[in-house]
Amino acid sequence: MTNGIETNEPLLRVSDLTVEFPTEDGVVHAVRDLSFELKPGEVLGVVGESGSGKSVSSMAILGLLPKTARVAGSIAYRGEELTGLSYNEMRKYRGNAISMIFQDPMTSLNPVFTVGHQLAEAYLEHHKVSKKAAWAKAVEALEQVGIPQPDRRAKQFPHEFSGGMRQRVVIAMAIINDPDVIIADEPTTALDVTVQAQILETLLRIRDETSAAIIMITHDLGVVAGMVDKVQVMYAGTVVEAGTVDEVFDLPRMPYTVGLLGSNPDPSLIGERLTPISGAPPSLVNLPSGCAFSPRCPLVAPVCHESEPELYEAGGAVSHLTRCHRWNDLAGYENPKKLFAHKEIGAEEPLAALLIDNPEAVVEEHLADSGDTEKEAAS
Amino acid sequence: MSTGTETRPAAGGADTTGTPLLQVNDLFKSFPVRGGGIIPRTVGHVQAVHGVSFDLAAGETLGLVGESGSGKSTTGRAILQLHKPTSGSVKFEGKELTTMRGRDLQQIRRDMQIVFQDPYASLDPRWQVNDIIAEPLRIHRYGTTEKIQARINELLQIVGLNPEHRNRYAHEFSGGQRQRIGIARALALNPKFVVLDEPVSALDVSVQAGVVNLLEELQHELGLAYLFVAHDLSVVRHLSHRVAVMYLGSLVEVGPRELIYSKPMHPYTQALLSAVPVPDPKRERERQRNRIVLTGDIPSPVNPPSGCRFRTRCWKAQEICATEAPELKKRGDSELLSACHFAEEMPVA
Repeated sequence: MTNGIETNEPLLRVSDLTVEFPTEDGVVHAVRDLSFELKPGEVLGVVGESGSGKSVSSMAILGLLPKTARVAGSIAYRGEELTGLSYNEMRKYRGNAISMIFQDPMTSLNPVFTVGHQLAEAYLEHHKVSKKAAWAKAVEALEQVGIPQPDRRAKQFPHEFSGGMRQRVVIAMAIINDPDVIIADEPTTALDVTVQAQILETLLRIRDETSAAIIMITHDLGVVAGMVDKVQVMYAGTVVEAGTVDEVFDLPRMPYTVGLLGSNPDPSLIGERLTPISGAPPSLVNLPSGCAFSPRCPLVAPVCHESEPELYEAGGAVSHLTRCHRWNDLAGYENPKKLFAHKEIGAEEPLAALLIDNPEAVVEEHLADSGDTEKEAAS
Repeated sequence: MSTGTETRPAAGGADTTGTPLLQVNDLFKSFPVRGGGIIPRTVGHVQAVHGVSFDLAAGETLGLVGESGSGKSTTGRAILQLHKPTSGSVKFEGKELTTMRGRDLQQIRRDMQIVFQDPYASLDPRWQVNDIIAEPLRIHRYGTTEKIQARINELLQIVGLNPEHRNRYAHEFSGGQRQRIGIARALALNPKFVVLDEPVSALDVSVQAGVVNLLEELQHELGLAYLFVAHDLSVVRHLSHRVAVMYLGSLVEVGPRELIYSKPMHPYTQALLSAVPVPDPKRERERQRNRIVLTGDIPSPVNPPSGCRFRTRCWKAQEICATEAPELKKRGDSELLSACHFAEEMPVA
């Protein structure tokens, strides 16, 4: 880190980032109009299902996309533009300014070199020091992530480490150059819950010690709830809702977020049915016209098929943004999760398809219906 | 479904006598570890399942939770005799399975089915959905081609797929739809008992919830008994009547869902529950403050610790834990069966 400036100047500013991959079947719109800012010490959560563009956008920030990718928009790190830089020009920033923790600790380390060697190599990339000093730094980094006996462990190979320990090594590698921004791409998905708790604790401690900003990419809403300040919900390559974690979880203003929250079995919902989103995410080659979520949305209205909504400020809070034409109507429902309730046995037609003509009337009726079935189930 | 502890009345007309549908008693399964060298010889044993006992009633769901490597899946497969158990007894409707062979075993497998974890690997990509679901029907001589076709259509409808898609190949379906095909295949012969081996862990959250709901509805309609093997504690909580917690091949705690989740007695259950993040920012911040973070990892099942297998990571461990393996029995005045010398109730938020 250059210095610990306490200004409100964002470290990273991404504006209108668009990533496309031309393929034989057509252009894959992996990321569309993504914008966000990140301040020092801030933790930004990015949630979404597979194929929502979470990982591709972080690869774009690090300049790790294949040459075939078409990147448009701007990625500015401390005011310096990163888009358009060559692979070699990016090396100055990669690991030093912005670093990354990959998902799978089993494949992101080189099996034929010792852990210490790999850490020292990462340090030497950005520092003109002796190999001995780099090794000492490697041992220090291992200690920082809570690996016992770091001097002995540094001489071992990755296969001598357990999954959780390997992920710690990957984190050590990400922080060895003291970066300002750490991108953690599903850092705990491959790990057991007890180990996940250890790793998340380590990450937050490192944030406190180095005041690095963290972008936490995950599909686990529980992980997001506990550790992030701001959250972005991604769907079909774009942000559909953003805000502080309390705003988004307590007062979701985008039906997709509501569906996602309703799909997660929560202890307070015991005895009630989950309310999953029907259908499947759209193909990124043939996006639906208008709002990308419209084919699965229980609140869909004709306007949703005509134009893709912009990011509206929901409920007056500047930080709470939603990409939904009907967020105001959604706010009117006491228990919006019920909108998604449907039967699985024999279910074929997505509910949304039945609601296109007259959204208001049918939704009300459906709500009454699901209330009855729940009572029946309870009795 | 509000109390969850009592057995749901079985809609499929399963027997309502006192004997449980499935009785597992002191089940052991170990796999030999072969060393390298010119003449490979056995250098040790992975004790994957170590003395597991439980009962399962008709129409009931028992959730089997634990971390990777704890022997959950092996238990499920040893019950179905897909792995021959090393020792112990598995009784299905009073009939001993471990000594059963050939035709008898094939006959009884009509009633016991399994849904696998990975919907991408468990369906043959070169088969049409039709063939996939017809296979068990053909093996067990369900009837004429027309009868089989009618049954396939019915099954596809039950699991929420369009019967018109039966001539498609598995790769044309999404993950959630594939898992539905796997469920249809398992249900083809009208089983009484299904082992669900991590059926939703490969799926995205929103898709996962649909499959969870489907499993719940199917149990209700068909009176199925489930052994639900999973590492995701929130899904297990949603679906199970009783929960068994497994650690390194042994059960550490068994009991009604409500008790396991609200007043666990075993330190491992307490740590496991406390480690699960909940999707509610305010509660999660509170939980984070009181979180029990275990040190280290699960030990190797080739060389498990002496005495209590959890003692190497346990904050309560004392000398007795190294010498004497605790029995799985009622401790204190709790209804739960716990295998810990120092079992003590602790509410988990």
